[in-house]
Amino acid sequence: MTANQVALSYLLASVLFILSLRGLSHPLSARRGNLFGMIGMALAILTTFAISRRIDLALGGLAIGAVAGIVVSRRVQMTQMPELVAAMHSLVGLAAVLIAFAVVNDPAAFNVGFPIPRGNRLELFVGTFIGAITFSGSVIAFGKLAGLGKYSRLFSSAPVVFMGQHVVNLLLAVFMIGNGFLFVTAAPEAQWPPFVAMTGVAFVLGILTIIPIGGADMPVVISMLNSYSGWAAAGIGFSLNNSMLIIAGSLVGSSGAILSYIMCKAMNRSFFSVILGGFGGAEGVIAGGGEHKAVKSGSPEDVAFLLSNADTVIIVPGYGLAVGRAQHATKEMADKLTKKGVHVRYAIHPVAGRMPGHMNVLLAEAEVPYDQVFEMDDINSDFGSTDIAFVLGANDVVNPLAEQPGSPIYGMPILDAHKAHTVVVNKRSMAAGYAGVDNPLFYMDKTMMVFGDAKKVIEEIVKAL
Amino acid sequence: MTGAVDHTVINLTVFVLAIFVGYHVVWNVTPALHTPLMSVTNAISSVIVVGAILASGSGEAGVGSLLGTIAVALAAVNTFGGFLVSQRMLEMFKKKESRPPTTNHPPPTNER
Repeated sequence: MTANQVALSYLLASVLFILSLRGLSHPLSARRGNLFGMIGMALAILTTFAISRRIDLALGGLAIGAVAGIVVSRRVQMTQMPELVAAMHSLVGLAAVLIAFAVVNDPAAFNVGFPIPRGNRLELFVGTFIGAITFSGSVIAFGKLAGLGKYSRLFSSAPVVFMGQHVVNLLLAVFMIGNGFLFVTAAPEAQWPPFVAMTGVAFVLGILTIIPIGGADMPVVISMLNSYSGWAAAGIGFSLNNSMLIIAGSLVGSSGAILSYIMCKAMNRSFFSVILGGFGGAEGVIAGGGEHKAVKSGSPEDVAFLLSNADTVIIVPGYGLAVGRAQHATKEMADKLTKKGVHVRYAIHPVAGRMPGHMNVLLAEAEVPYDQVFEMDDINSDFGSTDIAFVLGANDVVNPLAEQPGSPIYGMPILDAHKAHTVVVNKRSMAAGYAGVDNPLFYMDKTMMVFGDAKKVIEEIVKAL
Repeated sequence: MTGAVDHTVINLTVFVLAIFVGYHVVWNVTPALHTPLMSVTNAISSVIVVGAILASGSGEAGVGSLLGTIAVALAAVNTFGGFLVSQRMLEMFKKKESRPPTTNHPPPTNER
């Protein structure tokens, strides 16, 4: 293949990648989009094989990765998607670092030229440190999401903070950039020490920047790492002068950045306050003036009675539903209610769950029709005319305190469950939510609490219906 | 003005334009599909496998080709795992359209 043919074939692959994201604008076109992505990737890989000097090693590596990828994609449960995505980010990051090392080791193999031009060295430096941060940061995020906190405090879902944390991070960042600068300006024979030092510090930085971020900020973290993995790929594309890598990397980078923005906005927090970490811990105790407020609690049978007498029900699923794997039971309950003539819908808050869109996937897995599932802005005005809002394992996203100036979560957009005629809340206990703020919704006269594991409670409701 | 345009400048042009494309395409993604969006972008970012293949096939077996081969394996996990798990998720979103509609609501449109 001539260089021009290769470039054109890469261009076609880039267009297919863009079309694959374009397809995700609607569930009906999404599968075709995914197919475009696969074709684009196959084209990219085959083209590269055609110009590679030897392909036996790469084929071996590809086979190993393919087997692992296929097995994982079949076995993973939908509740584990956040962990899986975090793990995959780390692989992209590490691959970027390895490729960068290979380029520094033998630039001629990539047509980069020797000594490596300064521009390409700068790009290598950027691609490598982003890749390294993506790798180690994603490993920490994976540990936090997979609940590995019992093995190491690094993976604790509570923020890990220590004295002078930000100063240490800043010094390390300065040291990393300094070594990067040395690498860019060094003579070819002196470039390894600063390159290795820079990469090592970047690995450490990746760990240190993620450990102070608490469990429920994970939707932001995972989107951010998604973005980083794209920028790392783009950085490698820059250093190899490969437009396709740059385009694909930028698509992924901007996608992750947009998702981070959406998640931050849905929590009414600035990106920097999330990144600096320390917010929210383990399920906190309720901070209050000691006054003992009464809640009305009921049994699953009571809830079943209420639900079957309602005309309209909106179910508000939250993290508790995911943890309890209650999505299938919920669907069964909704089906029974629908048969009784109750109009059932679902309301999804953007940060419900542990990653963007997590609830939608869980409900889809349980075969809930997507035209019953509504985003916050589309359904919020309907709560006032709804008989029952059934809150399943959600807390902060339905906390009316968010409308009161001065409260810690003031300004966070919420689902207006409190406007429904009757509110039913399923929770495991009275512990405060992630934000550590008490929720007045639980103490309202029209609210009935039903305590227990989401799945068990709903199964009992189904029995009683 | 003298001389040819530097590679870096061409790369930068592509980069900036691609960010604009990414920005507009991604804002059109329906929030319900944000998780599949993440797994698809994951798969797409594994296109660095291209760089890894070049590294592993750099000629004589050595450090470079070893690093490259490892990188190929790592990225390939994403290539295959990412697209296949996305397909699995998107199949779930499909299943329901073949069932009779249970509500009077029209299916959501993607107009913004």
